[in-house]
Amino acid sequence: MFEKVWARHVVAEGPGGHVLLYIDRHLLHEGSTSAFGRLAKAGRRVRRTDLTFATADHYILTSGAVATDPEIRGMVETLGRHTAVQGIVYFGVDDARRGIVHVIGPEQGLTLPGITLVCGDSHTATHGAFGALAFGIGSTEVEHVMTTQTLWQRKPQVMRVTVEGRLALGVTAKDVILAIIARLGAGGGVGHVIEYAGSTIRAMTMDERMTVCNMSIEAGARAGMVAPDETTFAYLEGRPFAPRGDGWARALAAWKTTPSDPGARFDREVRLAASEIAPTVTWGTSPQDALPITGRVPDPAEAAEGARRDSMVRALAYMGLTPGAPLTDLKVDRVFIGSCTNSRLEDLRAAARVVKGRHAVVPAWVVPGSGLVKRAAEAEGLDRVFVAAGFEWREAGCSMCVGMNGETAGVAERVASTSNRNFEGRQGRGARTHLMSPAMAAAAAVTGRLTDVRTLAG
Amino acid sequence: MEPFTRVHAVAAPVDLPNVDTDRIIPARFLRKPRNAPDYARFLFHDVRFDADGAEKPEFVLNQAPYRGAKILVTAENFGCGSSREMAVWALDAWGIRAVIAPSLGDIFRQNCVQNGLLPVLLPPASVATLRRQLHERPGATIALNLETQTVTGPDGVGYRFEIDPFRKQMLLTGQDEIALTLGYEVAIAAFERRQGTEMPWLSAGRA
Repeated sequence: MFEKVWARHVVAEGPGGHVLLYIDRHLLHEGSTSAFGRLAKAGRRVRRTDLTFATADHYILTSGAVATDPEIRGMVETLGRHTAVQGIVYFGVDDARRGIVHVIGPEQGLTLPGITLVCGDSHTATHGAFGALAFGIGSTEVEHVMTTQTLWQRKPQVMRVTVEGRLALGVTAKDVILAIIARLGAGGGVGHVIEYAGSTIRAMTMDERMTVCNMSIEAGARAGMVAPDETTFAYLEGRPFAPRGDGWARALAAWKTTPSDPGARFDREVRLAASEIAPTVTWGTSPQDALPITGRVPDPAEAAEGARRDSMVRALAYMGLTPGAPLTDLKVDRVFIGSCTNSRLEDLRAAARVVKGRHAVVPAWVVPGSGLVKRAAEAEGLDRVFVAAGFEWREAGCSMCVGMNGETAGVAERVASTSNRNFEGRQGRGARTHLMSPAMAAAAAVTGRLTDVRTLAG
Repeated sequence: MEPFTRVHAVAAPVDLPNVDTDRIIPARFLRKPRNAPDYARFLFHDVRFDADGAEKPEFVLNQAPYRGAKILVTAENFGCGSSREMAVWALDAWGIRAVIAPSLGDIFRQNCVQNGLLPVLLPPASVATLRRQLHERPGATIALNLETQTVTGPDGVGYRFEIDPFRKQMLLTGQDEIALTLGYEVAIAAFERRQGTEMPWLSAGRA
């Protein structure tokens, strides 16, 4: 699949295995400001405004207020100005379609099978759930795509990760990807694109596949892909920017040729059994530091001497953890349900199912992935479930996943979070992040500690 | 972009694996303009300075022998995580010209070459040897030669590294990549014509 998508987008062969790769979709957010600035300074225009789309997610406040910090406010305002000057579709501040760039791309039907898609954000791998080759790029490359609609790229290797079998009750797509990352290691996918395959993946909805692909970068892989199938096509049909009428029929025919042929060869193969995956949480400061919720904080003394042990010691000190403590003993100070990993309608439904009839005992936020996700959730009454349970029901955005907009956790605050990174300082200087699924985060909110959601059933 | 040919300078060891770009530059500094006078201060800010802004003496770049370092020798997967190019801008502002590692985050590595920083990949054992030597002789220097693709350690031992000819040429000349690509206009336009016929549904945005 990767080979086909790659080959269809080669504009020219460069020296040393580099190719000039055509980009079908370029998604922008407030972080694109400096690239826009350089573009303007060079007196250039965006080459393909019909393939370029923008939204405000990283810096916009999810309280609904306008930022008082002039720098934060300026990031949002500048994006609005640049997109207007360039004539780019902008899902802006007051647009109900505004939201996290990796949520609205698929939601609007901008993300399609077989395309190349880039964005100045490492979680662009999310869009690979549709069989697109989608990857994050830096600011200079953003400017390069704006100007030329292409990128110079060296062909990566391809790894197939196959997950077979049925997931047990309480085990979600988030647990699957955390288990995959724990297996591969945070650097295990460097230089690779991952193709996710197997019956577990095929049985997943698009929301679930997006959760899996989203965190490919946490295993080091710049892109992750799932072969498009009837689930994909059913999701896309009728979306605002998806092809229609005769175009739909032609597109569908093309998309059906995207998946890997039987017998396709991969540079590396990894297999997991769904039955071995439990509800999972992270304990350390790398997404690879993941364990079943039934586990205990690991003991560095049991690790081999060297960098691994040193990393563990540092992570435990930062996280304020004692080796050997049961994970379910850890008290949390705050819960965050949101991010491009887990802020879609199915994520909010899963959290609401746990929350219903219970009450949050710590501050807990729900930040929907987009204005339309928010609206759909409200139509189902999910907002009332959360609000009745004492959760804050907020506006769409990246919020406390990355804290760029100032929405951060405090020093030493322990956060049960559905986001994608538990790095030191990620959710605020000194904040301690435990990654988990929406259902597990909801369970932590109502008990005040890390909790095996299966023990709350009923 | 400043060309990269040779650098012979003090090198600093970074021993922990998986140093992410959030650690290299925390999110709250990403909205600062690159020409901010204190941009170099953002580098590794939260591990370099305490909450009051005082230097943490245990951090390698705060130690006297390494203050003039232009080369980092790191553990695996340095620069993983966020695509923020500001991680490279902060390294550049501080004076780092090259990173030697067993592996680097893919996006970080790409951002390095866009800014004239040389990413050097060597086998883990070679990198471990270099880091050990830098600890044994704080302030020791490493010589990098891009033309010959060699690293010369503090003990005079040379290591050859691989870099693809495209990136090598771009770094040696400091050529602007956008200017290069604009020279491919004919090929790009031809591709667009073909794609416009075969996949007309891709053109979707109308502001």
